[in-house]
Amino acid sequence: MIGAVNGALRRVPVWAVYLAGLLPLCWIIWLTLAGGIGVDPVKAIEHRLGKVALWFLIGGLAVTPLRRIAGLNLIRFRRALGLTAFLYVCLHALAWIWFDMGLLWAQAAADLVKRPYLLFGMVALALIVPLALTSNTASVRRLGPAWRRLHWLTYPAVALGVVHYLWQMKVISTEGWLWAAALAGLLVLRLPGLARLRLV
Amino acid sequence: MSKTKSPSWADVTPRADFLRRRSLIAGAGAALAFGAGPARAGLSAAPSAYSTDAKPNTLEEITSYNNFYEFGWDKGDPAKYAGALTTDPWSVEIGGLVGRPGRYDLADVLKTAPLEERIYRFRCVEAWSMVIPWIGFPLAALLARVEPQPGAKYVALETLLRPEEMPGQRAGGIDWPYVEGLRLDEAMHPLTLLASGLYGEELPKQNGAPLRLVVPWKYGFKSIKSIVKITLTAEEPRTTWKALQPREYGFYANVNPEVDHPRWSQASERRIGAGLLAGREPTLMFNGYADEVAGLYAGLDLRKNY
Repeated sequence: MIGAVNGALRRVPVWAVYLAGLLPLCWIIWLTLAGGIGVDPVKAIEHRLGKVALWFLIGGLAVTPLRRIAGLNLIRFRRALGLTAFLYVCLHALAWIWFDMGLLWAQAAADLVKRPYLLFGMVALALIVPLALTSNTASVRRLGPAWRRLHWLTYPAVALGVVHYLWQMKVISTEGWLWAAALAGLLVLRLPGLARLRLV
Repeated sequence: MSKTKSPSWADVTPRADFLRRRSLIAGAGAALAFGAGPARAGLSAAPSAYSTDAKPNTLEEITSYNNFYEFGWDKGDPAKYAGALTTDPWSVEIGGLVGRPGRYDLADVLKTAPLEERIYRFRCVEAWSMVIPWIGFPLAALLARVEPQPGAKYVALETLLRPEEMPGQRAGGIDWPYVEGLRLDEAMHPLTLLASGLYGEELPKQNGAPLRLVVPWKYGFKSIKSIVKITLTAEEPRTTWKALQPREYGFYANVNPEVDHPRWSQASERRIGAGLLAGREPTLMFNGYADEVAGLYAGLDLRKNY
């Protein structure tokens, strides 16, 4: 069964994943142009972009445990998942500074220093910039083992992203806890004791 | 510098147009349901000198973007779920340090004073704002009717607790029912309104039907919705948000651009409906009502009593 799925996945070109990754963006743009984004388009666009970033960040973290535990091989698509996440994180930050803060850079900077959740989000963005820049094959070859060590930054980056998401809520919603649980689960599966767990 | 762009007249749906659209929709709905529908009675209200001349938000904006957590966390949830709320019969229990305590029927409460239209600025603690044409009468008139006793210093208010009609109350997170409070002099201020209508019609349920408070110089969460109980007390009453997060939401909750929320600046706000690139506008002290209300806080440290 899982072999058949992996076989089918091998025939999916990576560009199709990039293309699919753009669909949420197209949807947001369509809703905005069609007037269906709601009464407060600024927050809706900002939040939707952030939420899509979260999908891809968590999705990227799920690739390794899925292969190890369930035998599902998505490793070919991991770069596409990561770069798509990076795109949405950047667009989310852009929506914040441009639409939400109205390019009031001084107030934005003051907010950043005073509000841990903003700082967490910004640090998460800063952490994934080097990951995005070294996501090409040439960098993997040139950096060798250092590439793996560098890309370990994924873990603090995604964790900060999830904390950033939870902390901006007045009261953490059920959905917030689900994302926190997903992150916690994906991290726990990487603990030394569980790193050998296999179901297939 | 903020590059605030006011919406032009072309951006605003004229009131007559949306009323016509609403009556068409309502008429279509009624026609489906009953074959023919009676025209909806509007509320008549006298204009008030306390109204701002700022352009009100559209009815759609005011009724589809709400924090009314009894119906859910999302701003669209109240419009989605408030339809199930029973607002008739409705009564308000008034008690505590008053000479005439009792359970007052809504119709009786609404006879307290002539209805006025008050177009108020509305500033949410989340740093967005709207302009809303409320219809109501001063809370002071109702309080005068029930004769506050000399020991009364505060007014405690309570929202309906009815989990079977309010899905948000079935979820956790907040200790229901929602409670709020004012100092008695704040409650007696002529700007403090008990609203029962909006845009010339009865108050929509997602906006706190059938009776809500509006305190225009305070953050929106002070303006408690769907009131069932008013109690005059000698001590500062418990308020929901202060109990939940005292560092973030104080008892006073006056709009103050100089006192930040711990998680964001209150120096500026985004006007809902202003458009994607409108940016932010500076927040005014007491939401622009400083001339009327600043005197209430003479001698009070507003950084401590936020």
